[in-house]
Amino acid sequence: MIDLTKKAGFGLAGRHRAEKRFKWVGRSAIAISLMFLALMVGSITLTASGTLRQTQIAVQVDLGAENVDPTDPASASYGRLVKSGLRDMFPDVTSRREKKALYNLVSPEGSFEAAKLVAKDPDLLGSTQTLWLTASDDLDLYLRGKIDITLPQNQRQISDKEVVWINALQANNQLRRVANWNFLTGGDSREPEIAGILSALVGSLYSLAVCFALSFPIGIGAAIYLEEFAPANRLSDLIEVNINNLAAVPSIVFGLLGLSIFLGYMGLPRSSPLVGGMVLALMTLPTIIIAARAALRSVPPSFKEAALALGASPVQAVFHHVFPVAMPGMLTGAIIGMAQALGETAPLLMIGMVAFIVDIPDSILEPATALPVQIFLWADSPERAFTEKTAAAIIVLLIFLISMNLIAILLRRKLETRF
Amino acid sequence: MTDPIITARGVDIFYDTKQAIHNIDLDILPNKVTAFIGPSGCGKSTFLRAINRMNDLIPSCRISGDMKIAGQDIYAPAVDVVALRAQVGMVFQKPNPFPKSIFENVAYGLKIHKITTSKTEMQDRVEWSLRSAGLWDEVADRLDDPGNSLSGGQQQRLCIARAIAIKPKVILMDEPCSALDPIATAVVEELIDNLRKDYTIVIVTHSMQQAARVSQRTAFFHLGSLVEYGETKSIFTNPTDERTQNYITGRIG
Repeated sequence: MIDLTKKAGFGLAGRHRAEKRFKWVGRSAIAISLMFLALMVGSITLTASGTLRQTQIAVQVDLGAENVDPTDPASASYGRLVKSGLRDMFPDVTSRREKKALYNLVSPEGSFEAAKLVAKDPDLLGSTQTLWLTASDDLDLYLRGKIDITLPQNQRQISDKEVVWINALQANNQLRRVANWNFLTGGDSREPEIAGILSALVGSLYSLAVCFALSFPIGIGAAIYLEEFAPANRLSDLIEVNINNLAAVPSIVFGLLGLSIFLGYMGLPRSSPLVGGMVLALMTLPTIIIAARAALRSVPPSFKEAALALGASPVQAVFHHVFPVAMPGMLTGAIIGMAQALGETAPLLMIGMVAFIVDIPDSILEPATALPVQIFLWADSPERAFTEKTAAAIIVLLIFLISMNLIAILLRRKLETRF
Repeated sequence: MTDPIITARGVDIFYDTKQAIHNIDLDILPNKVTAFIGPSGCGKSTFLRAINRMNDLIPSCRISGDMKIAGQDIYAPAVDVVALRAQVGMVFQKPNPFPKSIFENVAYGLKIHKITTSKTEMQDRVEWSLRSAGLWDEVADRLDDPGNSLSGGQQQRLCIARAIAIKPKVILMDEPCSALDPIATAVVEELIDNLRKDYTIVIVTHSMQQAARVSQRTAFFHLGSLVEYGETKSIFTNPTDERTQNYITGRIG
C-alpha cells in the first residue's frame, strides 16, 4: 500500500514544521526591522515638522524721515527702531533687564529683516509701519506648547513676564505663523529661527559632483583594466588585495590623507568642496572598482568570445559588448559609493568642511560645509530649537539620498539590455 | 587531389602541464566539410579552437608544432590574430548573438573591419549574409528586433550569418546544433551543406549521424590523439582502427 499523507513517515511532519518555523522567523525579522525603520523615520518627521512654520511678530516701526534718511535708507539703525517699536507696545517696561527680555522676543536677525523690507518696498518710508519680523526661537517654542510653564521660572527658557507679553501679543493678533521657506533658502546661523540648510545642501552637491567626476571614470577604468586586460600575475593579486583592504579603511584616515596631501602639500583651498570631493573620491574608489569588476564578471563570456572570433580586437570586444552590458551594474556600484560619500562626516571634518558657513558657496573653491556635518553641528548646539532643525536636516539628507537613488534606478532601467 | 587549406604538423597542446593534444598531423581540404568526432574530453574542441587561436584567451594554454593556413604559420610572430580571425570565422555551441538588433549583429564584423562605410552597401551585405544563412525570409521585416528575440535555431543561423558577413575562408563550428531541436538541426545542416561551395567548414559534433550526413571527411579523436582520418564514407563503413569501430558502433564514448 502507498501512503501519500503527512503520516507517511520520512520525518515529514518535522520537516514541514521546520519549514514553517523558518518562514515565521524570517517574517518576524522583517517585521522588526520595518518597525524600527518606521519608528526612526516617524520620530524624525515628527520632530522636523516644527520647522515647517515659523512665528512672526508684528512690530510698529517708525520709518519717519527723522529716523530713516529717505535718500539712504540702508544707513539707518533699524535695530534701534525695532526696539523702540517694542517699547511702545509695552510702555510699562522700564528696567534694563526687562527691556532686554522684551527685545529678545524678536530674533536678532529682525533688524536686518526690517532693513530688507524697506529696501524692497521704499513706499514704506515716511510713516509708522507694521512690519512682520521673525520671532525668537523661545517664543516660537512656547506658542507650540513645547515649553512647560508649570516648571519653576529658573528652569525654563521663558519667564512669567515674557508669557504675559506673548499672550498680550496673541490677543492683539500681533503674532502669526507662516511657511518657513527660509529654512530651504538660507544658510546656517547661530540663531535657530533663521538657520537654513541651503549652504550645506549646495556644499554636499558640489562635493558629490567632484567626487563622482573623479571616482566614476577612474574607478570604471581601473576595473575594466584589472578585469579584462591585466595579466594574471602576482602584482595583479597584490593590487586586488589592496583594493579590497582600502574599501575597509576607516574614512577618517582618508581625511587625514587629504589634510596632509591636498591641503598641506598641494595647497588646495581649505574647507572647499573641491578637496572634500577629492577625499570622498579616494574613499569611494575601492567600492566602485569592486562593484564594477563584479558587474564585468557577470557579463556572459560568450559575448566577448563571439566578438573576438569575428576579429574584434580585445579593446573593441570589451568596449562594444562587455562594457554596455555591465554598465547598469557599474552604475549601481557607483550609486552605493555616492550614497556612502553623501553620508560621510569624518573625512570632511579633517579637511575643514566643518566651518560655520552662512553664505551659499558659489563654486567648488569656496568654503562650504556638507549636510552630515551640518547635522552634526546643529545636534551639538545648545539651543532647544536646533533639535527640530537637526531633524529637518536629516529629512533633507534622506530626500537627497532617495532622489539620487531614484535617478540611478531610472538610468539603469534605461540602459539595461536583456539577454 | 587539391591542396589542403589547413595543415597541422606535430601539434601538441598543453593546459599547464596536462597535455590535451598529442602530436597531431592533419590536412583539411578546401570547400569540404570536415567533421571532428570523438568522446567528450578527447581534445577535438581544443584542436578546433587552435585553428583561429581562440585558445590564446586561456592563459594556461600552450601550443607547439606547426599550424598553417594557406601556407602561412598562424602562430608566427608576424601574424596578427585579428587578421587571422577575419579569415577564420567561428560558430559556437550555444547561440550567442550580441544583445543588439539583428541588423547590428550581422553588421558588426563589417563595421569593425571597415569593409564598407556606405549605408546601402552595408544593407546589401547584411541581406546577402542573412540570405546565405537562410534567415532572410524570416527576419526581413524585423531587422531592428533584438537578436535574442529569435528562436534558438534562428539565433544559431544568425550567428552563422554574422560569421559569413565578413567572407572568411574557413568557418569553424563547435557543436553548432547541440542546443537545437531536430527540426532546427536539419535546417542548419542543410545550410552547412550549401555553404560548402564557398567556404571550408570544420565542424565538431557529438552526433555520429550528423557527421555522416553533413561531412565529406571525418577525423576521429581519442584521448588527445588523432586515431583515424579520411573520407567520411570509409570511416563509417570501413574503419581501420578498432577504437574507431568501437566508437561509431556505440561501444565506447
